[in-house]
Amino acid sequence: MQATKTENLTEINMPSFWKADYFTYVPPIFITLILLVGQIFFGILDSYLNVVLAIATSVIAEMILAKVLLGARKNLASAYITGISVGILIRSNMVWPYVVAALLSIMSKYVLRYKGRHIWNPSNFGVSWMLFMAPVYVAGLSMQWGNYVLPMSIIWVLGLGIVYRAKKLHISLTYVVSFIILAYVRSLITGDAFLAELSPLTGPMYQLFVFFMVTDPGTAVSSKKWQIIVVILVALVEFVLRLQGVIYAPFFALFLVGPTARFIDLRNLSINARLKTN
Amino acid sequence: MIYLRPPIINELFFFMSGSKGLYQTITTVLFVALLVGSALLSYINANSYTGNTLQTKEQALEKYGFYLEPDNKDANINFRHQSPQLDPKLKHIEPQIASMGASVSIVDFDNDGWNDIYFTNSRTGSQNALYRNLHNGKFENVAAQMGVADVNKKGTGVSMGAIWGDYDNDGYEDLFLYKWGRPQLFHNEGGKKLVDVTEGSGLPKWINANCAIWVDFDNDGLLDLFIGGYYKEDIDLSNLKSTKMMPESFRYANNGGRKYLFKNMGNGKFKDVTAEYGLNSTKWVLAAGAADLNGDGYPDLVVTDDYNVDELYINEKGKRFVEKGKQSGIGTIPKSGMSVAFGDIDNSALLGIYTTNITEPGILIQGNNYWKPTGPQTQEPKFVNLAQLAGIENAGWSYGAQFGDLNNDGYMDLYVANGFISGKKGTSYWYDYSKVTGGNSAIIGDAANWPDMQGKSQSGYQQDKIWLNNSNGLFEDVSNKVCPTATYDGRAVAMADLWNRGVLDVIVANQNNIPLVYKNIQRNNNHWIDFDLHGTVSNASAIGATVEVQWGGKKQLQVITGGIGFSSQNQHRLHFGLGTTGKVDRVLIHWPSGQTDEIINPEIDKLHNIKEKKVKA
Repeated sequence: MQATKTENLTEINMPSFWKADYFTYVPPIFITLILLVGQIFFGILDSYLNVVLAIATSVIAEMILAKVLLGARKNLASAYITGISVGILIRSNMVWPYVVAALLSIMSKYVLRYKGRHIWNPSNFGVSWMLFMAPVYVAGLSMQWGNYVLPMSIIWVLGLGIVYRAKKLHISLTYVVSFIILAYVRSLITGDAFLAELSPLTGPMYQLFVFFMVTDPGTAVSSKKWQIIVVILVALVEFVLRLQGVIYAPFFALFLVGPTARFIDLRNLSINARLKTN
Repeated sequence: MIYLRPPIINELFFFMSGSKGLYQTITTVLFVALLVGSALLSYINANSYTGNTLQTKEQALEKYGFYLEPDNKDANINFRHQSPQLDPKLKHIEPQIASMGASVSIVDFDNDGWNDIYFTNSRTGSQNALYRNLHNGKFENVAAQMGVADVNKKGTGVSMGAIWGDYDNDGYEDLFLYKWGRPQLFHNEGGKKLVDVTEGSGLPKWINANCAIWVDFDNDGLLDLFIGGYYKEDIDLSNLKSTKMMPESFRYANNGGRKYLFKNMGNGKFKDVTAEYGLNSTKWVLAAGAADLNGDGYPDLVVTDDYNVDELYINEKGKRFVEKGKQSGIGTIPKSGMSVAFGDIDNSALLGIYTTNITEPGILIQGNNYWKPTGPQTQEPKFVNLAQLAGIENAGWSYGAQFGDLNNDGYMDLYVANGFISGKKGTSYWYDYSKVTGGNSAIIGDAANWPDMQGKSQSGYQQDKIWLNNSNGLFEDVSNKVCPTATYDGRAVAMADLWNRGVLDVIVANQNNIPLVYKNIQRNNNHWIDFDLHGTVSNASAIGATVEVQWGGKKQLQVITGGIGFSSQNQHRLHFGLGTTGKVDRVLIHWPSGQTDEIINPEIDKLHNIKEKKVKA
């Protein structure tokens, strides 16, 4: 029987470079905690079935695709996070959009690749596609969840602690600071209250976005400096989209900027490697 | 790291790892198929969702056997609703706040056997309209001479809705007017005059209500009142003290107005028994309906709430109400509950509950609910949502909805009013709305933080939905096919036989616009039977009484309500379509008093006036 290999760790959709192995389970535990707190205290899920199906679809698709296409077995924490993100971030009265969004998310990792690496954040791809292309069936988590300070503060503190330990705090913080500054600029342009422009940041959609999407090491560029530049670009594109009245601006901004930056980064890495070899 | 996997899975993986190129191709093809398929499906359904191909009247009559023809002009109904004026501090979001108040209620206030219509108006100084049926196809506005026109005065608030019920059992329907302001009770003086008897009645000085219903909750033969508050009762929207008056959350708001349960003491006075009866929540109520849902003979309350879950209050023998929304299934998912309607859509002699919400593709897909009882009536009823299966889930930004057999085929059809704010065409406030509604309570709760609407639309220019029940609860969308296109901002819907023809006409009150009075033109061979009940031991309006008609192997249940839908009240009589069956086998009438009357083989194509027998206890 063929020995089972572990895929290159950089391909795992989580901060798995953290030295201690157990840390790889912190993000999935954290996102589960967000889900549980949200569900127990506020009943954020319209149905358990949807999120369970999204998780199951992600995990099974990951198991199968990793094996048949990469010949590797993968830590399924990444697929779990993808599934749970899809289950929380989209809203539909039907079941199939959760399955399709989860499938598209995971499959994008294996189909949309450059230099052997996937370039889209999986859940960002699946969620963005469904929101943009299947609006009759799918809406996003834009106006749901409890609006209370304490649970929100706990999630922010825990989330920031985790991205700090994962050495991705600079990405999250840069994004948050950029958003706040640009929210102020938007308020000057639109004449709306600064708090109105700031408001989305206090909602659950952004908590998932800040902690799980923009920090995704699997699709982030390699250097810290460029990570900061890229996340500022994400915020800037989101700023432009927001001025155009695009509700799901952060998803679409990351959808556009993330893969472009990743593509350029991988190409540069490849060129540099070739130059070194020569 | 430990990976546990059954041997058979390993075998499968070993087999699959053989042809990577092939699997890559298959994966890519599947991926593309999913991308294209999901987009295509959405595109195709978007077209069917936004409307149907317009058909001519002849085509509609040929295919569906009925056509709803706008009749305002011929009926001489020239009323126009005007929205409330608000405090200047709310100017930037006035269209959103001032988006309610268009209501319609049907009453035969002079007992001449012909249905009359009452419309409310909502601008300070505007007049409400009471259209008396002239029996010749026309109506005459007699609101002023009856004393119920000039009721939107400065300092007393503006009308939001009206319900009619004979609270003193004198045989004439009295009027309760609920407002963003001082509610008013009018006594009907033999159909000649409506006299304001609010003073000393025990009613509150000020409420901000969009919902009230007459209900005899303790079956003592006297109609009581339930009122659902929307904004808190200490707020005067035309003279605000603070802009912190908005919902604290889009899904979990508990900072709305209080509920009121007023017990009719029988001497023209009402006693506030709200706390005693356990109706203490302060969700943002938009509609309520009362019917006996657990078979114990007492009316239970279904309450739909904006910004939160809906509520089901089980009536414990008239002694108190216990909230069982979550346990019953009705109160599990927070949506934007706006209307309650009862309908037995599959002729099972069980009442289902239809509640409306918001569906805006790509932004907010709540879907309307049809709560069907999971089985025979039990003390704690349970319901399952069958709206999607029945095809009556996604309507738009829905407000009022009513069931009624529009083509007399023996199955209850459904009319849903749609449309929130029709502002400048090609604009949308949804993005601005989503900014604050996704935010913290400190932000969403303060109107000052809400972006300026600048005349934008929000789910505006929507066609009302008309769903035809093709049999056993499967509906076909015939919007636009059975009436001309109309895209007003629909609010209240009522069904009534306006011209005593044995059909249900439809009346829709539209916000800040004219109402739609649809004359139902029929071309079919279907029969019908109507019942108008009058209580003697029970309350005189027989509110809470049910009629079960059994014919041709079918049995359909309907209930008399004292207000149903959103800010609306249907005609008092109950209308049953019978299809082509020329005979009714049996009719069972259950009165609130507990009495049951049975009628065998009643004459069809006829209105039966039934008076409750006075049986000594």
